Amino acid sequence: MNKVMFGRFIPGHSWVHRMDPRAKLVLCFLYIAVIFFANDFWTYLVMTVLLLASVVASAIPLRVYIHGLMPLFWLMIFTVLIQVFFGAGGHVYWQWGWLSVTQNGLNSAGVILMRFVLIILISTILTFTTEPLEIADGIESLLSPLRKVHFPVATLALMLSLALRFVPTLMDEAEKIMNAQRSRGVDFGEGGLRQRIRTIVPILIPLFVNAFNRAIEISTAMEARGYQDGENRTKYRQLKWRRLDSWSLVIYMVGLSSVVALRYFI
Amino acid sequence: MATDITFEQVNYSYQAGTPFAVQALKNINLQIKSGTFTAVIGQTGSGKSTLIQHLNALLKPSSGTVTIGDQVITNETNNKHLKPLRKKVGMVFQFPENQLFEETVLKDIAFGPQNFGVSEADANELAKRMAGEVGLDESLLSRSPFDLSGGQMRRVAIAGVLALEPEVLVLDEPTAGLDPRGRLEIMQLVTRLREEQGLTIVLITHQMDDVADYADHVLVMGHGELLKQGTPREIFSDPEWLTAHQLGLPSATRFAYELQQAGFEFETMPLTVSELADEIAPQLGKGDDRHE
Repeated sequence: MNKVMFGRFIPGHSWVHRMDPRAKLVLCFLYIAVIFFANDFWTYLVMTVLLLASVVASAIPLRVYIHGLMPLFWLMIFTVLIQVFFGAGGHVYWQWGWLSVTQNGLNSAGVILMRFVLIILISTILTFTTEPLEIADGIESLLSPLRKVHFPVATLALMLSLALRFVPTLMDEAEKIMNAQRSRGVDFGEGGLRQRIRTIVPILIPLFVNAFNRAIEISTAMEARGYQDGENRTKYRQLKWRRLDSWSLVIYMVGLSSVVALRYFI
Repeated sequence: MATDITFEQVNYSYQAGTPFAVQALKNINLQIKSGTFTAVIGQTGSGKSTLIQHLNALLKPSSGTVTIGDQVITNETNNKHLKPLRKKVGMVFQFPENQLFEETVLKDIAFGPQNFGVSEADANELAKRMAGEVGLDESLLSRSPFDLSGGQMRRVAIAGVLALEPEVLVLDEPTAGLDPRGRLEIMQLVTRLREEQGLTIVLITHQMDDVADYADHVLVMGHGELLKQGTPREIFSDPEWLTAHQLGLPSATRFAYELQQAGFEFETMPLTVSELADEIAPQLGKGDDRHE
């Protein structure tokens, strides 16, 4: 649990850190959408350059990002192998029964691997440089037009920020409970499937019970502090769109639209 | 029953090899003799809890060795060989009531021994005895642990650890959040276990009175280092040093220290209220002479 880097926040003061979370969310979504337009060397080159520029702007060393990719390494290998061996069409290089390596198979394996890595890296930039609460604020702000159709944006945002706030707390607690049960002779991750499932019970039940107790305590504390419901509240953390964000948007727009242009017009 | 505990050059880092790496223990050397009562004190975040998790190898040193009885634990020690150690060293974590999960109190207490291969009948027998030890009424045994009060839940949790019949009992702030009576009862239980069964006790606490009353060895932690170790008398003989490290004094010692600054003289700094009284009584007599 200690080694997971994926999805963590790394404090800093870089260009990307100082950006508005809304801008980062929008850019991240746009980037992921445009990845599916990229189909050849030049378009992927543009996407990669854009990504590397963002990595540099985030002032976090590339090896930290690569470290973040590691947990997904086997998943990547697996998808690539499936594409390589089951892809059909084009020149056949090698064949054995219904396994074959073909030109189209290799192509799509390359494309999928590239998309996989780029999508993970761009979302890692977002999570490395943005505090979870900022992301929640950003999402709330971006969803606010949905108020018009009576979608409970404020309630959703509250749930989201409470959930995000308690992820680390619950993780700590899970680890404490695991240690306590380990001291009482529970072997985690050993034995057959049945045995393993049985060892989850002594973690899961206390975790649930504590979560219930905590929920009761939090709601009482919130009511005691005058919380009534999500509507009509003022905000302490104000989101501010700055020139930095506009410039980032411009740079991304140039990059991303050139990819679309390369795909359809050239 | 020799379970001396020795730390040699122990270092420990959390999340080693990532940008979040934090060195929690720096070059710790210490020895805890079998049958002693050791108190670990220090500010929050000084590494006390990290230190005690080494005592039953929940954490393994990043470098250096921990020796418990005849078991040597280094960075390379395989987890497979640690189970006997877990039985030898019982750990009561902070707020241990959060680890209860069984349907009944009896089952929860018997859970530990059963993991170590004790038969169900024997484990239940053991559970009943331990419930008695910690002062739980027999009528509670068939209840759900979640129906009990906070203090009772904590006793169930402690009984669950005692049911392992450990040789070393490690307690991380066992009295935090309890009322004065609950605190006294837990501390008396711990001392009784030590006297009757010869248990080695390691206690993390912020209650300096408990340290003065019960401990015979004190480890002072600060910023991941072992700042000082010695008897409570040695540790508490230097109030300025303790204050500089944001640690308190036992109330008797604090009172004596204030008296000393107002002109009283003490041959040895008293640690407990009865020692304080013994020191003050003759001096009051002297004071009376002076006045008359």
